[in-house]
Amino acid sequence: MTDYELVVGLEVHCQLKTRTKLFCGCRTSFGDAPNQNTCPVCLALPGALPVLNARAVELGVRASLALGCTVHRVSVFARKNYFYPDLPKGYQISQFDRPLATGGSVETGLGRGDGARVALTRVHLEEDAGKSVHDRFAGMSAIDLNRAGTPLVEIVSEPEIRSAAAAGGYLRTLKQILEYTEVSDANMEEGSLRVDVNISVRPRGASALGTKTEIKNLNSFSNVERAIEVEFARQCAVLESGQHVEQQTLLWDDVRNTTRPARSKEGSHDYRYFPEPDLPPLVLDSAWIGGQREMLPELPAAKRARFAAQYGLASSEIEQLSVAPALAAHFEAVAGASGDPKRAANWLLGVLLASLNASGLTVDTHPVSAQRLGVLIRLEADGVLSNSAARQLFGLLEREDAEPLALAKREGLLKVSDDDALCAWIEQVLAEFPAEATRFLAGEAKLQGVLVGHVMKKSKGAADPRKVNQLLAARATG
Amino acid sequence: MSNGAGALDGASSVDAAALAKQARDGNLDPHALLDATFHAMNRVEGGARPLNAFLHRDEQGARSDAANLRAGGGETRSLFGVPVAVKDNIATLRMPTGCGSRILEGYVSPFEATVVTRLREAGALIVAKTNMDEFAMGSSTENSAYGPTRNPLDLDRVPGGSSGGSAAAVAAGVVRIAIGSETGGSVRQPASFCGVVGVKPTYGRVSRYGLVAFASSLDQVGVFGRNVDDAALGLEAIAGHDRMDSTSDRRDAPALRPTSTTRTSALPLAGTVIGRPVEYFPESLDAGVRATCDRALDALRLLGAEVRDVSLPHTDLAIPVYYIVAPAEASSNLARFDGVRYGMRVELDALRSMYEATRSQGFGAEVTRRIVLGTYVLSAGYYDAYYLRAQEVRRRIRRDFLNVFSSGVQVLFTPTAPTTAFRLGAVSDPYELYLSDIFTVTANLAGVPAMSLPVGRVEGLPVGGQLIAAHWDEATMFGVAAALERALGESAHR
Repeated sequence: MTDYELVVGLEVHCQLKTRTKLFCGCRTSFGDAPNQNTCPVCLALPGALPVLNARAVELGVRASLALGCTVHRVSVFARKNYFYPDLPKGYQISQFDRPLATGGSVETGLGRGDGARVALTRVHLEEDAGKSVHDRFAGMSAIDLNRAGTPLVEIVSEPEIRSAAAAGGYLRTLKQILEYTEVSDANMEEGSLRVDVNISVRPRGASALGTKTEIKNLNSFSNVERAIEVEFARQCAVLESGQHVEQQTLLWDDVRNTTRPARSKEGSHDYRYFPEPDLPPLVLDSAWIGGQREMLPELPAAKRARFAAQYGLASSEIEQLSVAPALAAHFEAVAGASGDPKRAANWLLGVLLASLNASGLTVDTHPVSAQRLGVLIRLEADGVLSNSAARQLFGLLEREDAEPLALAKREGLLKVSDDDALCAWIEQVLAEFPAEATRFLAGEAKLQGVLVGHVMKKSKGAADPRKVNQLLAARATG
Repeated sequence: MSNGAGALDGASSVDAAALAKQARDGNLDPHALLDATFHAMNRVEGGARPLNAFLHRDEQGARSDAANLRAGGGETRSLFGVPVAVKDNIATLRMPTGCGSRILEGYVSPFEATVVTRLREAGALIVAKTNMDEFAMGSSTENSAYGPTRNPLDLDRVPGGSSGGSAAAVAAGVVRIAIGSETGGSVRQPASFCGVVGVKPTYGRVSRYGLVAFASSLDQVGVFGRNVDDAALGLEAIAGHDRMDSTSDRRDAPALRPTSTTRTSALPLAGTVIGRPVEYFPESLDAGVRATCDRALDALRLLGAEVRDVSLPHTDLAIPVYYIVAPAEASSNLARFDGVRYGMRVELDALRSMYEATRSQGFGAEVTRRIVLGTYVLSAGYYDAYYLRAQEVRRRIRRDFLNVFSSGVQVLFTPTAPTTAFRLGAVSDPYELYLSDIFTVTANLAGVPAMSLPVGRVEGLPVGGQLIAAHWDEATMFGVAAALERALGESAHR
């Protein structure tokens, strides 16, 4: 295998976050009763005509700009003709020789700094097909056209990916950009992001490409990586045995960890593309494209650089915080409210993420708002709350919509540095642990830590440990 | 011989505009008009040799609309109470929309074509769906799955096509206005064969929403009228932007009916330059058609127009280009008739055999021929040589028109068809039939407006003269048509 080089190109279909379909006013929502979200246009009734969704164009342009593509002033819709029961018109409206955008690139390192860039071939708009349901009715297939006409962008890479890990990195970077720009939910498990892998191998050093296969039916990034590794090994073995790789479409079998040929040879289709006569060419105004560029949000790479410079965070923290724009924005809100970015990062990546994972909530629905978490962190930073008291307070804030300081006061969580109160706890502890007390007072100083711990416990974390130490030391020498 | 000519009991001898005015003013009961219309329909469809122009009728719906004419703005309805027939490839709610095909037999659309909505809003009463060549593919209405339509002026002859049913409905006097559709001459050629007026507007002038697509880049809804004014009134009602059709133009619909000055002027065409494209008057042109058209050109000169010979040099390429572009688009447009969602299905276990059986039994021979042809010209390896080259030639044909219309010529005059109506069954070679559209396909390829109006008869059969104008200049075209019609008078029908 080391004598062969892996060559991978990725075709990513990504569902645009529009309220309605690409060519009609039907809703794009999922989970509705079969064929509920359909109309004459997406059912392809005789006489119906497509009308382009302007919002889908905007999102497609935004994605293209975020990926560094050149958005073309004129692009052309084309019909891709084939018969299939879930393709109502008998053709898919897509773009062919004049796509929405070309060029651009995606980095494969995802913030790890080893980012090779993979060039993009094109980005184009197209409509999704419906769904064939084969397991619902015995001996029959059913068709659900709710998804038919849903807007997609197809993002095609050049065959420049050289490892399974780089493919994974490419996809994670791409997903992040699509999420940051709010173009798509980009969720592979839910099907709003779909990946087809074109894969070939060649002897190391060769410049000509080998015969490729295409892998479909991939439902997670890790499956993409595993499928590439498995198919790479298979193609290498085929070549090693002196045979040729057959050009074909393969389906990934997640359970058996293998690829198998698809039943129909999709590669042999002649799609008879021609310009869609029902839609005029899509003409975009240069100034409008420029405006869309200006409206782009801060992209992940820029955000990571800024977080390093502005907040002085470690790269591992930055990578975690910038995974999703909502988390990054939440971090900035908490950092602002607390005045202590470093501590804010710790709290988000530790306590808050654990709570989110446990509860299934998002940063926006979690009961501890950025403002309240910021106040809590500030109380800890100012020494008003110990770390353990702050964690307790967080738990209380999850259940009660109260102001953090007031709640801490009410629950007696504030750090106690009052000498009388501390001395009372110390005396109680010395009385409860007479053996340790005797030895400590006799000069065995190493027991001080144990006694401080007991005092802290007795105070439910509220005692100021620095003061407890001072008072205990004074008691021993006094 | 005649079963309908002059039988004006359905449509009356009064203009549609005058009918609408009488009905609006309360001097004519729309129900009485409907009585006459359906009576006439029954008469022409009865007897030993029915016209077979009407596939579906909707007396109940028409009467219900008639009862509601005064509701909401009734006083402004331009077609108040005027019965109108619509071609079977235009979606209607209350009658099937079958496109003259087995594959859509009994199919009722759940939505209405924009043109039908506009007609009804204008007060028209939609009385029937008319026969047509299957999916508008044909020039004689002999390709209908429901049998051929006869020409009301000679029942042994074809009415032309593909909108032969609509042409015959107007020619037989059942309705004064009927709606057809054009892809390569399917309104103008039957108008010529049946001695009525037929107009194809500029591509984009009338919404195609609800018109079952044959070749989307060529298709346009057209109007038949018993005279120029009826056709103008019908077109005014349906023209104008529709956001449901992305190829529909944003321009406002023009006023098309001639003003009183042009009606009374002695030289209404003074200053108008009429082009006579030499390619449309070939040596081989039928002598009678030529003589009739020459007389019409003389009439135009007498109206003050300057008639100038011009050239549209790519005309001879129009038929080959048309028979690449139109079938290519048709092969894709007709893919939706697959037996899966609606229409006919031949039940078979395997998907592929279901497709094959449904489509081969559902489509007739001409439709099948064009689907095969269109699939071929779009196939890998042939696309560049056929489709792409045809598109390039199409641009040249369009440029021919742009050049002529920028040289000072306002309207072109040509014969509409190279012959008069031929006998039923007389033309069996498809290519010979294709040549029947030789003078009309160019306007569809270029997108320019064109119309046919009766200019005389040869051996009792009508000859249509064609007027072609620049994009969006229907108004000038109608002005010339109205003047010519008035000048020819009864001689246009003799």
